[in-house]
Amino acid sequence: MQNNTDFPLLFEQTKPGRTGYSLPPLDVPETDLSEVFESDYIRSEQAELPELSELQIIRHYTALSRRNYGVDSGFYPLGSCTMKYNPKINEDVIRMDGFSHVHPYQDPKTAQGALELMFDLQEQLKEITGMHEVSLQPAAGAHGEWTGLMMIRALHEKNGETQRTKVIVPDSAHGTNPASATVAGFESVTVKSNEQGLVDLDDLRRVVGEDTAALMLTNPNTLGLFEKDILEMAKIVHEAGGKLYYDGANLNAIMGYTRPGDMGFDVVHLNLHKTFTGPHGGGGPGSGPVGVSEELAAFLPKPIVRRSGGEIILDEDRPDSIGRVKPYYGNFGINVRAYTYIRTMGPEGLKRVSEYAVLNANYMMRRLSEAFDLPYAQHCKHEFVLSGRRQKKLGVRTLDMAKRLLDFGYHPPTIYFPLNVEEALMIEPTETEAKETLDSFIDTMLEIAADAEQNPEIVQEAPHTTVVSRMDETTAARKPILRYIPE
Amino acid sequence: MEFRYLPMTEQDKEEMLQMIGVEDTEELFSDIPEEVRLRAPLGIKEPKSEGELKAELAGLANRNVTMKTHASFLGAGVYDHYIPSIVDHVISRSEFYTAYTPYQPEISQGELQAIFEFQTMIAELTGMDVANSSMYDGGTALAEAATLSAGHTKKRKIIVSEAVHPESRQVIDSYGRGQHLEIVTVPHKEGLTDLQALEELVDENTASVIIQYPNFFGQVEPLADIRKIIDTQPKTMMVVSSNPLALGYLTPPGSFGADIVVGDTQVFGIPAQFGGPHCGYFASTAKLMRKLPGRLVGQTKDEEGRRGFVLTLQAREQHIRRDKATSNICSNQALNALASSVAMSALGKKGVAEMAHLNIQKAQYMKKQLEAHGLQVVFQGAFFNELVIKIDDDADALNDHLVTQGFIGGYHLGRTDDRLKNHILVAVTEQRTKEQIDTFVREVAAVHAKQH
Repeated sequence: MQNNTDFPLLFEQTKPGRTGYSLPPLDVPETDLSEVFESDYIRSEQAELPELSELQIIRHYTALSRRNYGVDSGFYPLGSCTMKYNPKINEDVIRMDGFSHVHPYQDPKTAQGALELMFDLQEQLKEITGMHEVSLQPAAGAHGEWTGLMMIRALHEKNGETQRTKVIVPDSAHGTNPASATVAGFESVTVKSNEQGLVDLDDLRRVVGEDTAALMLTNPNTLGLFEKDILEMAKIVHEAGGKLYYDGANLNAIMGYTRPGDMGFDVVHLNLHKTFTGPHGGGGPGSGPVGVSEELAAFLPKPIVRRSGGEIILDEDRPDSIGRVKPYYGNFGINVRAYTYIRTMGPEGLKRVSEYAVLNANYMMRRLSEAFDLPYAQHCKHEFVLSGRRQKKLGVRTLDMAKRLLDFGYHPPTIYFPLNVEEALMIEPTETEAKETLDSFIDTMLEIAADAEQNPEIVQEAPHTTVVSRMDETTAARKPILRYIPE
Repeated sequence: MEFRYLPMTEQDKEEMLQMIGVEDTEELFSDIPEEVRLRAPLGIKEPKSEGELKAELAGLANRNVTMKTHASFLGAGVYDHYIPSIVDHVISRSEFYTAYTPYQPEISQGELQAIFEFQTMIAELTGMDVANSSMYDGGTALAEAATLSAGHTKKRKIIVSEAVHPESRQVIDSYGRGQHLEIVTVPHKEGLTDLQALEELVDENTASVIIQYPNFFGQVEPLADIRKIIDTQPKTMMVVSSNPLALGYLTPPGSFGADIVVGDTQVFGIPAQFGGPHCGYFASTAKLMRKLPGRLVGQTKDEEGRRGFVLTLQAREQHIRRDKATSNICSNQALNALASSVAMSALGKKGVAEMAHLNIQKAQYMKKQLEAHGLQVVFQGAFFNELVIKIDDDADALNDHLVTQGFIGGYHLGRTDDRLKNHILVAVTEQRTKEQIDTFVREVAAVHAKQH
């Protein structure tokens, strides 16, 4: 039901007879379709889509965009999401006809420009990650995780080690890790973190065994800390016969400083929509290429983009491949953007990206530790986690502080994640923010911390300035309304 | 060297290092063991200036034949359709494309409402109760539908029609291996799912039957008859993959009792982009609402009673359920769902029907022209905008010739089906003019005649 104060839906503005499209008239002799289709198969009632003029539609979506917040709107320190600037040249390049309007099934000889770009992107990603071969097929990070795990499974099966049914994930891992393990047919086992926020090596030694298929790890981990014992961990897992999986969610911290391949990882996925500036798009599309060691290369999804003589081909002849994980060749449009970014930055640029991502995070961490608990005090990498437990004792929860940030025009940090930190606030500034931006955000956070002590209501009741206040999420889930239904 | 995306000055850096209490940034990386430190520069290409890079990439782009340089009669899941100009203008608003997933509803009402509208339009077109906020593409959506049906019915056998897109079938196979599903193919016969074979295959272990409507050959599958066969088993589900544009004219799968309808909205406002990103959709009956994969937007109220939207039923999803989740999807195709929403809004109730009708009429005209020129159109059932021609010549050689004449030819079905060697799947959309169709048919016929 629509109140006067409600922002109207498309369907509430519709009026029969209005049109927002322009189609050509039928220029061929008309066929009597009643002779072609059985009447039961001809739609009797049209789908209730809106009927609006072009300007009405533009006004609608323009107004909706103003009720939304992107990186171009303001600072977005959302931990583990790498909300960096999305360069405009990327958007121009993908909109070139020669990239936008190429059909995946046209003869590869007529799409050499597109294939050349894909091939060269694979080459660049191989070098950045230190892996032997790369496939651009997976559509997103979670899809890459699943693809990587399916390859590990195929390898173990080929070696006759079908008893390797368990995937080890740290307690700080992103939810997609255990979910991907399940979807790939594995069982997840959790390995604990120690007091320094790193994987507990003794616990790892305890959980590995003949049933270990793989250990999934981000490095730096979800707390933003570098797993300095990575070589020992690799040894423990490899000696037990398992494989090491690298979740590339946090690659932004280490480019040019170290590489997953050099750390002993066997499979890597990357999130091109994070580190490599494919925009997040309000939730997608992403792109989640996988890189593998030589041992796993035969299992990559098909087709493989490779050079053969003078041309680039799509190689389907891969007998050990895990098969196809997605129709066509991956999210090419996002891959074009990532390629444009890599070519803009080059080797020195990418290293400086990680240098500044880490510098910014450490700077913010030190300044904010004045008012917030810092559970892990060592230097962080590209992100860090604070705890709001001091403020919680005053009756102000992390959620309240996050909502209060909205009043100051900021997107809040990631909250209540990772799960092993109480009242967690996970902050990732990225390298593209100016020091002035970091300072104003820090000042605001300190002001909120002060309010939590002196004036808690203003924080507890936030936000005060947004187009809607806090939403009733309980009712939304109990009595779901997932589509518009006319009254 | 200076980088335009990196704003820190030397002075900023000095101040920050001092605040942190370290000499240089190297110290911040001292926890990386020396054995794994990369001491040489990355061996990737050196950077280029904005202008130089744009010129280089334009050079690469210009090496491709495109659906703008050539008239495309190629479909097979990806089509050349009218994209209203407003689509790109809307999705180019950076409040949309530079936003993250709308987990903060107070500052994400725009995205959330747009997705709620998308869910509504998909539910309307498919004739289903609910739809989610999008999937990667039609192929993975179908694989997730297979998984859902197995989980819901607690059965492992999935019957997939051979008239489903071959790459979607391969994706179902890959997912099925992970989930230990038994994937069984029911063959096609004269361009349609073989109903007799289907009857023999459906049994008490069958979780679902997967049909494409219109199918990969463009033919309209008899969903009513298929539903009757499925109904011989009380729990078996009907999963239909549908081109949503075709549903502007055809009776939607929901009216035939489909349990799940999936597909790709590339037909609405999304360019081909060499195969992706496109946009999968996933619609179902209300009964399955709490088992859907992916994000869902729901309507609710704020503290002042104002209508608003949130991501809801998140207890289904990986970030809550972790290893108990039945799908691992996280990122979806939100921006492309927005593009399709804008295209569907522009076309509207009347335009979607009109565009579907134009496709059917032009494809019918093409069929008549082909037959008039002595070419064999092999399947004789009702079809949407694709048809199959059998030629005596080598299909790939024909396509090579067509490119020289300004056309992108059809899809050679022999690529994935030995029985259909030198059968070509040709798509005719509203974008093709009578003149283009006539010339295309003449060219195909001329090559064909040369062989006789």
